[in-house]
Amino acid sequence: MVELRLYMAQRATAAIMAPLVLLHLGVMIYAIQGGLSADEILERTRGSLFWGGTYGLFVIAVSVHATIGLRNILREWFRLRGPVLAVLCWLCGAGLLIAGLRAVVAVVGAP
Amino acid sequence: MKAHRKQPLYFAFLLHRLSGLGLALFLPFHFYVLGLALESHAALDRFLHWSELPLVKFAEFGLVFLLALHFFGGLRLLALENLPWSNRQKNYAAVAFAVAFFVACGYLLRAI
Amino acid sequence: MVDSATDSITVSVWRGVAGSGDFQDYQVPQQPSQTILDVITWIQRHLDASLSYRFACRVGMCGSCAMMVNGIPRWTCRTHVNKVMQERHLTVEPLRNLPVIKDLACDMSEFFEKWRQAEGHFQGRRSRDETVAAISPKSSQRQAANAAIECINCAICYASCDVVAWNRDYLGPAALNRAWSLQNDQRDRAQDERLKVVAGDAGCHQCHSQQGCSTYCPNELNPTASIAGLKRMSAHWFMNKKYRQRHG
Repeated sequence: MVELRLYMAQRATAAIMAPLVLLHLGVMIYAIQGGLSADEILERTRGSLFWGGTYGLFVIAVSVHATIGLRNILREWFRLRGPVLAVLCWLCGAGLLIAGLRAVVAVVGAP
Repeated sequence: MKAHRKQPLYFAFLLHRLSGLGLALFLPFHFYVLGLALESHAALDRFLHWSELPLVKFAEFGLVFLLALHFFGGLRLLALENLPWSNRQKNYAAVAFAVAFFVACGYLLRAI
Repeated sequence: MVDSATDSITVSVWRGVAGSGDFQDYQVPQQPSQTILDVITWIQRHLDASLSYRFACRVGMCGSCAMMVNGIPRWTCRTHVNKVMQERHLTVEPLRNLPVIKDLACDMSEFFEKWRQAEGHFQGRRSRDETVAAISPKSSQRQAANAAIECINCAICYASCDVVAWNRDYLGPAALNRAWSLQNDQRDRAQDERLKVVAGDAGCHQCHSQQGCSTYCPNELNPTASIAGLKRMSAHWFMNKKYRQRHG
């Protein structure tokens, strides 16, 4: 039942991300006016439990969601199967998760 | 393109898949740029300064469009799979596309 | 009879056996109310008796004459030439996603085999000695069970499905549509086993809702809606199972 589990994980992460994406779109549209600066971004995020939790959850969900989506593409368009597919997916998922959490630490963690 | 694919809901599928792929490929870069803040304010600022270029602004519009497209298209799919069936899938897909474009234009107007 | 050259259609027909073949062009006189099947039959009777194709009822009941016409899967006996002809040209190929036997006839075995794999047969609870089960025609389950009862097994949905092309194990729209009917048949006793099959790795979760199947189904059935129903049903089953594992 691998496919059923992946389907559930894909849809669950989609549902988790729905409000987060809406928030992200809103913040982008709000923050882009007058250009971006490191001060402006970091002032909002540094030491904030809310942004830390939100972006942390976002990164975890997107790592799962994007990996399953890429797996579908690799399976269907590139005909990959078996261990090759599994290794690529784990690498991709782990890579996104690590890079994403590092980014969260970078913008939320104390300087 | 194969003839049997020339129908609106195939295009909805294709846009959803390609926007997802685009976003997934963009994510490592996005995380890398934010990670610059670990080095210093200045490192992040140098990059953000570069993002003032008109071409980069337009690329950002494209990314916001991809995100909005994947978001609204994804909402349609969640509804399709989890709510009682509706025969208006073509209408919903068209609305998702239009709203995504509207949102991305909203971003572009504030960015320039 | 029509004899002027302007009233003839150029028909490119795929000729060959499994794996190797090519298109061959034929000139066929156009007739009023002519169907694609009429055209193919005319070629076989007047131009090349060795052309192989399959048909039986000629009136849209039996589901045996489906072919790719200008790249789209259609029931040829009820597809009119003047509705699908492009610049006096037609292309006719065997159904996509199925192995070709010869010319326009494909091997339908895998299509029927998947119907069987999806537990596509009714398994009743009652014996012939008991009374007939009373099912209200108004019940929502009875209405959902309507999904596949007009399916003629023509494999047009199967030919239109990209997921079948990308994943050879995928059960496909027809078998899953049939399974959805039986999952809603209150008289059927094999629903637990069937759900395990349709929720399996070759089952409903492979579907990307492109809706080619419902776009081209000649009987206007909607396999995508049925598959969405199976996804809901199996998601529910999955959550319940998780819940029971956790709480005894």
